[in-house]
Amino acid sequence: MEFLTQIIIAGIVIGSIYSLVALGFTLIYKSTGIVNFAQGELLLVGAYVCLHLTVSYQIPFIFSFLITLIFMFFFGFLIERVFLRRMIGEPIISIIMLTIGLSSLLKSIVQIIWGTDTRTFPKIFSHEPVKIGFLNISMVYIFALISIAIFLGIFSYFFKTTKTGVAMRAVASDQQAALSMGIDVRRIFALSWAIAAIVSTVGGVLLGNINGINTSLSQFGLKVFPVVILGGLDSIIGAIVGGIIIGVLENIVGGYIDPLVGGGAKEVFPFVAMIIILLIKPYGLFGTVKVEKV
Amino acid sequence: MNYVNCGNFKTSYAKDAAIYKTVFSKISIYSFLILMLLVPFYANSYILYILNMIFISSIAAVGLNILTGFTGLISLGHGAFIGVGAFATGYLALNYGMNFYFVIPLAALITAIIGIIFGLPSLRLKDLYLSIATLAAQFILEFIFIRAESFTGGVNGMPVAYPTIFGIEINNDFRFYFFAYSFAIVMITIGKNILRTKIGRAFISVRDNYIAAEAMGVDIFKYKLLSFGISSFYAGVAGSLWAYYVQFITPEHFTITVSIQYLSMIIIGGLGSVLGSIFGTIFMVILPEMLRHLVDLLSGVAPFLKQIFPAIREAFYGIVIILFLLFEPEGLARRWNLIKAYWKLWPFSY
Repeated sequence: MEFLTQIIIAGIVIGSIYSLVALGFTLIYKSTGIVNFAQGELLLVGAYVCLHLTVSYQIPFIFSFLITLIFMFFFGFLIERVFLRRMIGEPIISIIMLTIGLSSLLKSIVQIIWGTDTRTFPKIFSHEPVKIGFLNISMVYIFALISIAIFLGIFSYFFKTTKTGVAMRAVASDQQAALSMGIDVRRIFALSWAIAAIVSTVGGVLLGNINGINTSLSQFGLKVFPVVILGGLDSIIGAIVGGIIIGVLENIVGGYIDPLVGGGAKEVFPFVAMIIILLIKPYGLFGTVKVEKV
Repeated sequence: MNYVNCGNFKTSYAKDAAIYKTVFSKISIYSFLILMLLVPFYANSYILYILNMIFISSIAAVGLNILTGFTGLISLGHGAFIGVGAFATGYLALNYGMNFYFVIPLAALITAIIGIIFGLPSLRLKDLYLSIATLAAQFILEFIFIRAESFTGGVNGMPVAYPTIFGIEINNDFRFYFFAYSFAIVMITIGKNILRTKIGRAFISVRDNYIAAEAMGVDIFKYKLLSFGISSFYAGVAGSLWAYYVQFITPEHFTITVSIQYLSMIIIGGLGSVLGSIFGTIFMVILPEMLRHLVDLLSGVAPFLKQIFPAIREAFYGIVIILFLLFEPEGLARRWNLIKAYWKLWPFSY
């Protein structure tokens, strides 16, 4: 029983990081209609930049984290401006391929600059377990959960009340109408890439604190697909709920089935689940069902 | 885009769909194919190696172009399908001692069946959803390659013996050249012809407007699955040849990077063009080799370049994909047509 609870808690933590990254993915998809295969690489770049600032320049973690966020904001902005704006109106396969090209470019740039070895963050959160009731929970997990909760809070505030947030929701729901109401759609496109880069970075830095970082971290971006398919591609709540569900299920499979097959089931399970979801409920739990009209 | 001379009228559909538009093109294509037969007598084994890789990859690229370029279904799992063909070849050849003329069709058929199974979600899914489903296929198949040790040898991989034909063992680049060349010609000719038949027209109609296609009586689901089947069949043949060529196959030969590489081949070459897939393959096979030479050349000045060569290669794949999508979205096939059109009137263009 204790084993199961430990697994579930680890699953919730990893799952909530999935949720964050999936949130970025959904944001881009919702407002620009682009499926971003480079989400994992945004996470990778963010994590490495933060690590580099903390380790090489000895900047206190909080400040290096903030600098990274600002950097990634402009980085996301730049990617949209340089690459994706030219692709508006192109067929969907071209846009998908462009993000794939982008992902292999970003990943290899990270490899060229920082190499492929696993690096660890300096101990920022202690890994000492804390006893809550009968459970032992690592401090880093608690911090991860708290910071994700804070970020989700900030984002829901941003989307519900600020002018820009409302404008982003307007663009997501109807581009044409938003345009005619005087919303600068191109700015919103750029902004959604910037925000997606930021949330991925938060995910990346948290993951880096839990497991250390290497370039295989970008696989995380592909794991986001099962999450968003489960939640519904264009649903923000779906991304959050889906992330936690996939994270927990994945860890349960990892705990109970991996020893039987000798490893690897944990990594492949989300994709098996995804195929099944696609077959029975292609628009996910909260996604908008597309009605095809002639 | 087709440039034809004035006065070259087509009076029937058959003429319009002809592969050889003019007698001149027929003669030049045949003479090119025959000249290619002479190449191995003059080339060294490195050139032959590159050409063999081009033949093998072009088969898979044509297959992927049938699926993605002609039917409009994006597949991110082509690398894994090639792997299915390769492992099926290894398994059949190793355990049953079959000769290649049974093994290759059987391996291709197995791949086609697996391709159709993973194509099933295409019943309900379109575009991006489908590309995500094929991404899942890639990971699931990779997992199976590693874990199904009794079939694939797991991470240790499996050896494949040389194929023999009429008692001749195809055991060097020179002999393999003719082997791969004949397969490439046969498969590409078949591919080109499939696209001129009812099936090919159905594929294109599914791509261009599937609602209209359905209204006109095209059974969309059937043709989507058929497209998956044909495409994976090609991947299977390519994988099989590849297994015979490299002699040793492990799961890490069939990762998602390979799938992306094949997608970039058809994008660079031109979606919806058989000739384009061949151009794209040539480009993508030669590019890393050129890069390798460049890095070797520069390694005197900057020796660290050699260590990061894999990353540099990846980066170039990315850059090439992005540049082509931004500046030449119709690929090398269009460039080729433009060049042809230019020379047609040279030196007296109007």
